[in-house]
Amino acid sequence: MAKVKLGSFAFARSGDKGDGSNVGVFVANAKDYEVIKRELTVERVKKHFHAICKGEVTRFEAPNMFALNFLLRDSLGGGGSESLKTDAQGKTHGLALLEIEVER
Amino acid sequence: MRDKVLIGYGQGFWGDSILGPVRLVREGPLDYLALDYLAEVTMSIMQKLKGRNPQAGYATDFVAMLQRTLPDITKKGIKVIANAGGVNPQACLAAVLDLARKQGVKGLKVGIIEGDDILARIPELQKAGHALANMDDGRPLSAVQSKLLSANVYIGAFAIAECLRKGAQIVIGGRLTDPALVAGPMIHEFGWQPTDWDKLAAGTMAGHIAECGAQCTGGNYTGWREVKDFVRIGYPIIEASPDGTFVVTKHEGTGGLVNRNTVISQLLYEMGDPKRYLGPDCTADFTSAKIDEVGKDRVRLAGIKGGPATPTYKVSLSYQNGFKTTGQLTISGPDAVAKARLCADIVFGRLALDGCTFEEHEKLVELVGAGVCHAGITESANPPEVVLRLGVKCDDEDKVDRFGMEIVPLVTSGPPGVTGFAGGRPKATDIVGYWPALLDKTQVKTTVRVEVS
Repeated sequence: MAKVKLGSFAFARSGDKGDGSNVGVFVANAKDYEVIKRELTVERVKKHFHAICKGEVTRFEAPNMFALNFLLRDSLGGGGSESLKTDAQGKTHGLALLEIEVER
Repeated sequence: MRDKVLIGYGQGFWGDSILGPVRLVREGPLDYLALDYLAEVTMSIMQKLKGRNPQAGYATDFVAMLQRTLPDITKKGIKVIANAGGVNPQACLAAVLDLARKQGVKGLKVGIIEGDDILARIPELQKAGHALANMDDGRPLSAVQSKLLSANVYIGAFAIAECLRKGAQIVIGGRLTDPALVAGPMIHEFGWQPTDWDKLAAGTMAGHIAECGAQCTGGNYTGWREVKDFVRIGYPIIEASPDGTFVVTKHEGTGGLVNRNTVISQLLYEMGDPKRYLGPDCTADFTSAKIDEVGKDRVRLAGIKGGPATPTYKVSLSYQNGFKTTGQLTISGPDAVAKARLCADIVFGRLALDGCTFEEHEKLVELVGAGVCHAGITESANPPEVVLRLGVKCDDEDKVDRFGMEIVPLVTSGPPGVTGFAGGRPKATDIVGYWPALLDKTQVKTTVRVEVS
């Protein structure tokens, strides 16, 4: 096993859910799915987004897509029309997750 | 019954490229063209427009799009389904009929779906005990009732199917859900029933994949280097079958990419619990789908499971929630970050001198270029320049405007290298608060009406 960037083998998409951000991440096969299930714990993701996510993190699994879906609450400065932030809809949070380093 | 129906999705949101629908009707076979023109804040803007002009309050982009596409649509018999009606489907209907007559199109059947707009009914619903409490935090509607701007129920696919059954070639609704624009034609074509949960779940899932237009055909894909010809990116087409299986594809010869990855990317977009995707017609289990590449730019989904819908409709309410503005300056190096921080302190310090202060949560300071989108993850300590974005929000419009006057002066009264101010003083704009709620389904009746040009 070596430390690699998640983005070297995984894909992601993110968007808004109210004032929360929804970050989906997936891989191509069952072996890598085990890697992200093991590495991308709720605690690890919360820590990674420490400067962005002020709320709770929830993780869902979609094994048919080799995917994990994270909800990052309180991450958008109010969300929608209320937010002043550049990324008021969390559009770039998927790429931010892909920056994380994992053991693969 | 047809064994295959082609449903294209030409607009992913209000403001999407007109080339989506224009090219879908021209560049290959198509049975239905679905178009989404609404976002959560759109309805409040449209209510305001309608308040000023009784003939306004719908998506005029839709009429502009038809102006270019109606000849192809009528010649090929393509049916069009759009939530372009906004808060005034009737005015949208009149505008489309008017356009058809101007273009000499006779006998075009245009239908509208009404009943989603419940703004005028709120007092009556409250009196009858329907709380419409905020479904995120439980607050009672009384907290914002005097400031309400819009209230719309998310309507499902059966109202669309009903409108098609009455012969409409163009179906205009208000707040129809985005996936319903795809599921509606499937129900109509294949005779699906309200208890065909698996099939309705498949229709919902197909709609979810297509509902952001090119976001499932290579747009916003993190494997973007694989995507060819973004310029001519193809918008999605759902090739639907009566048993609920469907293929996601795009017209041959168009740019972009449809593969397992681009489809899964979009399935995960704006997703909560993938096992329980709630809609007005059913609950869909996105984890039940078998997803396979079955050809070039062809991804097949099968085996989708669903269950009954909840007894409530989701309602999207909006309200006036204060004012905001943002302004920006470019700060060049050397020492761009230090100088930008100083600039921010100067602006808020001078405002304080003049008795204009803001709470911490009402202020925004961003150093774009130094690591804003990925704050705390990828940052740069010494970029050659940064864009300093400053913003405020509060209930006092005058204070927000006062803030807007204190940004330009930095060019001559701050550190050196401040430039890039264009567009005048930033002015206060409304903050539209979003209020999601639930309403018992028995309280909502939709009606459909079809008129002929």
